[in-house]
Amino acid sequence: MLEVNGLHAFYGKSHVLHGVTLEVGRGEIVSLLGRNGAGRSTALKAIMGLARAEGSVKFKGEEIAGMKPHQIAWRGLGYVPEDRAVFPDLTVRQNLLLGVKDPKAPGRFRLEEMFALFPRLEERALVPGGVLSGGEQQMLTLCRTMMGNPDLVLVDEPTEGLAPLTVAQVAQFLLEIQKRGVSILLVEQKLAIALDISQRLYVLGHGRVVFGGTPAALRENAAVRKEWLEV
Amino acid sequence: MEFTLISLLNGVTYGLLLFMLCGGLTLIFSMMGILNFAHASFYMLGAYLAFQLSAWLGFWPAFFLAPPLVGVAGALVERYGLRRAHRHGHVAELLFTFGLSFLAVEMVQLVWGKAVVDYRVPPSLEGTLFTLYSTSFPVYKGFMMLVSVGMLALLAALLAYTRTGLIIKAALSRPDMMQALGHDVPRIFTLVFAGGAALAGLAGVIGGNAFVTEPGMAAAVGPIVFVVVVVGGLGSLLGAFVASLLIGILQTFMVGWDYSIIDVARLFGMQLHSTSALTRLSLTQLAPIMPYLLMVAILIFRPRGLMGARS
Repeated sequence: MLEVNGLHAFYGKSHVLHGVTLEVGRGEIVSLLGRNGAGRSTALKAIMGLARAEGSVKFKGEEIAGMKPHQIAWRGLGYVPEDRAVFPDLTVRQNLLLGVKDPKAPGRFRLEEMFALFPRLEERALVPGGVLSGGEQQMLTLCRTMMGNPDLVLVDEPTEGLAPLTVAQVAQFLLEIQKRGVSILLVEQKLAIALDISQRLYVLGHGRVVFGGTPAALRENAAVRKEWLEV
Repeated sequence: MEFTLISLLNGVTYGLLLFMLCGGLTLIFSMMGILNFAHASFYMLGAYLAFQLSAWLGFWPAFFLAPPLVGVAGALVERYGLRRAHRHGHVAELLFTFGLSFLAVEMVQLVWGKAVVDYRVPPSLEGTLFTLYSTSFPVYKGFMMLVSVGMLALLAALLAYTRTGLIIKAALSRPDMMQALGHDVPRIFTLVFAGGAALAGLAGVIGGNAFVTEPGMAAAVGPIVFVVVVVGGLGSLLGAFVASLLIGILQTFMVGWDYSIIDVARLFGMQLHSTSALTRLSLTQLAPIMPYLLMVAILIFRPRGLMGARS
C-alpha cells in the first residue's frame, strides 16, 4: 500500500534521513522505532509532504513525493502529529468536523461512531479543544484524522505523556481501526506496545533503517535492541 | 447634549468605516504574519473604481461591482505576488507590499490624474436623515452606517456559523495541520486576502465620496489603519473593532472640543501658568495626532494591544 524508497529528508539545513526504504501492506500495523533524533517523526512528515524530501514515496501505486500535503491527504493518507495540533479555540465537535475532507461524501467513520468509541469526547463535544486533557486531546486528534476516511494513517507517538489507562485505550483504538481496514504506520516510543500490536517493525538509527522484521525477530535480536533502542 | 450625540454618531460612523478597512488587514496579518503596507491601496482602488463605474453605469451598479473587482485584484496580488515573495522571507514580503503601495499611487495618477476626482454622493442619498436639536444628520452617513453594520454582521456570521468560517479560523492557528487534513490552505489564504481587499474596497466605495477621492487618500488613511491594528492587538478581529470605534469616537470628539491643554489641566485641579505655545494648543489641533499618541502609549504600556494574543 505504501512503498518508500531511498527517502532523504531535511529538517532546516540538516540532513535527517539518509535513504530510508520501508513498506506498509494493506491492513497492516507497522511500527517505526528508534531513539530520539533518529528521524522517525521526520520520516512521517516527509511522507506526508510536510518536510523537504527527496526519493520515492508510492501510495496505492501512485508516486506522491513532491505533492502538496492536502493533495496527499485527498489520496487517502492521514496524519496524526506528535504535538496533536488541536485547534484550541474550536470546540471538540468543530475539531472533528474539520477532519472531514468532503462533507458531501461521508466516509466509513462518522461522528456518532467516534463518540461511541470515545464517549468522553461526546461529553465534551461543546468544550474548546484547548482545555482538554492530554489524553482527551490525543483521542480527539486520532478521531479527527479518521473523520477524513483515510486508508492509511501515519501516527506519531500517540501514547507520549499519557496515563497507563489512556495508553491502553489508544492501543485499543489503533487495533479497532485496523479491524476496519485502515493500515497504520506508527512511530512509538514504548517498545512493549509496538511489539504487541504491530505485524512488522523497522528500527531507525542515524537516519537509516537498521532493522526490519517481525516482533518475534526483534524480541530475539538483543543486539539491535541494545544498540539502537535501549537508553 | 446635542454636541455629544452628534459627535457620537459621527464618531461611530467613522469608526465603523475604519474597521472595514482594518478588519481585512488584521485577518491577513494573523494569517501571514506580516503587515500588508498596500492594504490602504485597496481602499483607494475601491474609491476610484466606484468613481469610474458610477460615471459609466451609475452609483448602484458601481456600489455592487467595485468591491468584488477589488477583491479579484487582491486575489491576483496574493497569488502571483505575495506568495512568490513569501518564499524569500518576511523582509521580501514587506518590501513587496511597500512597492505595491507606491505602484498603486502612480497607476492611479496615470489613469485618473493627480487632481481630486468628482466622485459624489448620489442624489438619491442626499439630504437630511433627521435633525437633532439644530444639527442635521445626513442620509449618506446613515447609509454608511447601515452598510458597515450589515457587512460586519455578515462577516461575523460567516466566520461563526459556516464551514468556510471554521476552516479559516483553524487555518489561522495551525495551517500545517489543516493541510494534512486535506484542506488547500494556500487557496484559503488567497480567499481571505481577497475578502480583506474587497472589504477595504467597499470602505473606499462608501468613503471615497463622503470624504475625497484623490491619489493621496491611501497615504492619508494608511497610518491610521496600522494604529488601529496595533492598538487593537495584532491579529485580533474584536480588538480591531474596539480600537476602530475608540479612535473614531475619540478623534471626532477632539475635533469638536475647543479647549486648550491649560483648560484640561484646570479641569483636573491643576493650574498651569505657562505661556508656551504647546500649552495653548487646543484639543482640536491635537486631534490628528491623537491616534499616534494612543499607539505609542499602547506600545509602551500594553505591547500586545487591547486584545491581541501576542506582542
